[in-house]
Amino acid sequence: MSVVNVRHAAVGYDGREILHDVSFEVGPGEVVAILGANGSGKSTLIRTILGLTPLTRGEIDLFGTPQRKFRDWARIGYVPQRLGAGSGVPATVGEVVASGRLARRGIFRMPRVADKTAVRDALTDVGLLDRINDPVTTLSGGQQQRTLIARALAGKPDLLVLDEPTAGVDAASQEAFAAALGRFQSTGGSILLVAHELGPLRPLIDRAVVVHEGRIAHVGPPPEPAGHHAEPDHDHVHPHAVQQANGICVAPTDRIPAN
Amino acid sequence: MMRALMGALIIGLAAPALGIYLVQRRLSLIGDGIGHVALTGVGVGLLLNQSPVISAVIVAAIGAVGVELIRERGRTSGDLALALLFYGGIAGGVVLVALSDDASSNSLVQYLFGSLITTSPEDIAVIAVLGAAVIVAMVAFRPALFAVCNDEEYARVSGLPVRALNILMAVTTAVTVTIAMRTVGLLLVSALMVIPVAAAQQVTRGFRTTMAAAMAIGLVAAGVGVVVSAEADTPPGATTVILALAVFVAITVGAAGWRIVRRRAHPPHEVEPPDVVLQEVR
Ligand SMILES: Nc1ncnc2c1ncn2[C@@H]1O[C@H](COP(=O)(O)OP(=O)(O)O)[C@@H](O)[C@H]1O
Ligand SMILES: [Mg+2]
Repeated sequence: MSVVNVRHAAVGYDGREILHDVSFEVGPGEVVAILGANGSGKSTLIRTILGLTPLTRGEIDLFGTPQRKFRDWARIGYVPQRLGAGSGVPATVGEVVASGRLARRGIFRMPRVADKTAVRDALTDVGLLDRINDPVTTLSGGQQQRTLIARALAGKPDLLVLDEPTAGVDAASQEAFAAALGRFQSTGGSILLVAHELGPLRPLIDRAVVVHEGRIAHVGPPPEPAGHHAEPDHDHVHPHAVQQANGICVAPTDRIPAN
Repeated sequence: MMRALMGALIIGLAAPALGIYLVQRRLSLIGDGIGHVALTGVGVGLLLNQSPVISAVIVAAIGAVGVELIRERGRTSGDLALALLFYGGIAGGVVLVALSDDASSNSLVQYLFGSLITTSPEDIAVIAVLGAAVIVAMVAFRPALFAVCNDEEYARVSGLPVRALNILMAVTTAVTVTIAMRTVGLLLVSALMVIPVAAAQQVTRGFRTTMAAAMAIGLVAAGVGVVVSAEADTPPGATTVILALAVFVAITVGAAGWRIVRRRAHPPHEVEPPDVVLQEVR
């Protein structure tokens, strides 16, 4: 049984179709990377899998259950691209990570010892336990990303879904990240991630899925780095060809700034 | 006086307990808008010779749920829809109050700016029961409400009942606005939801501590506000809000002063350790 199974998925916004016909699978214990140019619909694909964006055609199964009927959300740990917009009031790293326990605990039960332990374990895993009582806004971008991973890990999921976890993240955080993901995988977890640069994550990747013009253009081993743009935060700055995979080149023309 | 004080203390606790979520969502002014809508409810109540508090709760709750549904859609026209709703609410309220038997400009001012003398024992009973419900709900559901306000999409992916929690917050906003209308008044309710939170977060580091501190500030401002307004013969609502603002200013100045003193005391080692060091520690 596959963890994620996407069959002929089509997704659009306001009548404009972004993904036309996407099919792929994530098996148990597998690490799959979704690659593609900016604006190619990688985030849209992930959001559709998570039920945040509706599917117009096709089917998605999560852990063998059709997504519409899937209720076991504690099995999925989602790591969004950045910290949510609601940051008008200070919140500590520990409080943000504790949100990751709600899927398991439910909203009616008070936190127990097991919840607190899970939060501390997750923060230890990403190397931020010493910041547990600090406001998240005092952390660097990379540390905030690690906080979001810890939040997902705190729920002890079976599948991690990450949207560009390493975009704009300093080298030290990228390494901490890769190590945490590696440990997650070694305990049997599956990972689906969107990446622009694989960087230190490369050795973990079992399979790469390249999205191009709303379809899967390539599935296979992760493509080789395309050279000069290895710096982490060059997004949206200069157009260039990315993800050269077995002769498939994602052309610079479709690098539409997405967000 | 005792009745007014009791009502004020309950609202002093309840308003910031709800307000912290509104501030976190950057919806600080929503309470003000719902206050406009509640005025129509007051008008309906006076016109039908029913309790204006009950009819205001109902109308404000309908308005708040409507606002929530507009927000959920995330349409750009939502801004205009809110404006229509709010001004419709206040205009409707003024017209309905004028049509009612109790049509003195005095009664309108009571609801807009609050009034001590007119709080009846029944009013206090309603305020106490609803206020306690607001406080309990906001404190008991803190983890879930925090998650929804902090990152709604993440909350959705966690399988939380996001819509139900949002509607709970909308209804709570309506209830808080309405019970506060007799003491602080509809035009100043929002201040008591927002200012204590703004004051508290100058010095707090986490959400839980901000909530506790904001509730404490709200309680003190409301209590002292009622006493001072009785002594000085000023309107209680405005007095309370001015006190809350004074606390905000005092905390802001105090925190700035404290930072300067601390910097003098330990000059160099304010810099955070670099990530590389954090790595080795781990
Ligand atoms: N909420 C939205 N409403 C309308 N269009 C959107 C929305 N989100 C993304 N898009 C459009 O969908 C396309 C794919 O975006 P996205 O999935 O974010 O791409 P990627 O993550 O690969 O950069 C882009 O053209 C973007 O402008
Ligand atoms: Mg994206």
